[in-house]
Amino acid sequence: MKIIVVDYGLGNLYNLANAFQCCGQTVQLTRSVEALLEADALILPGVGAFGDGMARLKEWGLDKAIQSFAATQGTIMGICLGMQLLMDWSEEFGFHEGLGLIKGGVKHLKNIESFDKEAKVPHVGWNDIQIREKTHLLEGLTNRDMYFVHSYCAVTDDQSETLATVSYGGAELTAIIGKGNIYGCQFHPEKSSQNGIQILRNFINMVVEVADG
Amino acid sequence: MKKIRIIPRLDIKNDTVVKGIHLEGLRVVGRPDEFAYQYFREGADELLYIDTVASLYERNSLNDIISKAAQKIFIPMTVGGGIRKLEDITMILNSGADKVAINTAAIRRPAFLNDAVKKFGAQCIVLSVQAKKIAHMRWEAYTEAGREKSGQDVLAWLEEALALGVGEVLLTSVDCDGTKRGIDIDLIRMVAPRCPVPLIISGGVGKQDDVLAAFQIPGVDAVAVGSAYHYHMISLSETKAFLFEHGINVRMPS
Repeated sequence: MKIIVVDYGLGNLYNLANAFQCCGQTVQLTRSVEALLEADALILPGVGAFGDGMARLKEWGLDKAIQSFAATQGTIMGICLGMQLLMDWSEEFGFHEGLGLIKGGVKHLKNIESFDKEAKVPHVGWNDIQIREKTHLLEGLTNRDMYFVHSYCAVTDDQSETLATVSYGGAELTAIIGKGNIYGCQFHPEKSSQNGIQILRNFINMVVEVADG
Repeated sequence: MKKIRIIPRLDIKNDTVVKGIHLEGLRVVGRPDEFAYQYFREGADELLYIDTVASLYERNSLNDIISKAAQKIFIPMTVGGGIRKLEDITMILNSGADKVAINTAAIRRPAFLNDAVKKFGAQCIVLSVQAKKIAHMRWEAYTEAGREKSGQDVLAWLEEALALGVGEVLLTSVDCDGTKRGIDIDLIRMVAPRCPVPLIISGGVGKQDDVLAAFQIPGVDAVAVGSAYHYHMISLSETKAFLFEHGINVRMPS
């Protein structure tokens, strides 16, 4: 089974690779379009600005490759910025188009309706997620504390594609999105201790099931 | 609801964990990998590594320690001490750190903070402030691991640095550091309401009540603890149980 962490020059791939290693799964870090199209699953990581992230994906033709991969029912997980990139658009430093794999956009926390304007931004730290839609991704967790660090938040057009939320600043922010085989986590599973490792294990199992047909 | 964070602080000299008093007179207390893994197992919410000599000798020796830790520790790691250039940040992040804490280089050239925020994002850049009391309700920001005066008033400096976009503040009381005689409540009370980004306080924790006292000040997001844990005066798991009993929203180990 081949899981690829898309290396487009943003974010800490080393930590993700270590976390997968801890689950007994070796991952390949690459930006090769050919390799990517042959993978069983893609991880789209990322820390940084949305516009910069999309520009890098486009520079290496990875945007189209990821879209084709999704069209062939490949399994994808976006993490943090990588999750936000799955959406249609973002308002981070101007308007930017995303990969458009999940309908909706990415807004600054202070532009989220009902968000307390006095609350600290970025949202940094451990927070417990609330599960809205049942998903294999969240099976076997001992509790729901995850590590978040973000100033922007995805809002899905279709509410049922928000699988889990997190309460912060008086608002329910999107924590996990999902549609078919495409998933995204706003928090960092690779930094969320045993809970995060369990999510990665669940993801690996889901990929194995799809690969076995 | 967001939880408070308990952050074991590992002061590093060469390849060992050290601890001094008022950031000076450093003694070796043990091996960083052993401490870090133990704290991770006990439920630490994050780890803070400070290279205590990097700023003096103009080098940074933490990369190896961080990359080893990153192989088996899956919580955020913040690294400070001796960060002077954007390349230093790239290197330490590539080793597995999630955030960097910057003090001396920022005071020497505040624009560095802005450059760092632009390149790595606000969430990655922690302003480290080493505050030393100079008069009634007045503190001065120190540099070089609490050795050098900067001439800058803590509040004025904080305001300037926040405007440059830092994503978090690590406030260390030089007077309380390593004393284990309690935290500088006045300092924290002064800074907390003026800090619109997450605030980590450090310096002086010797007992569980000190940690509780810090979290009873509105606006404190995290407490860093060094000596008290390293010397087993109190334990991290006991801190969490103690805070939980007192109604503080802590992350309990899974």
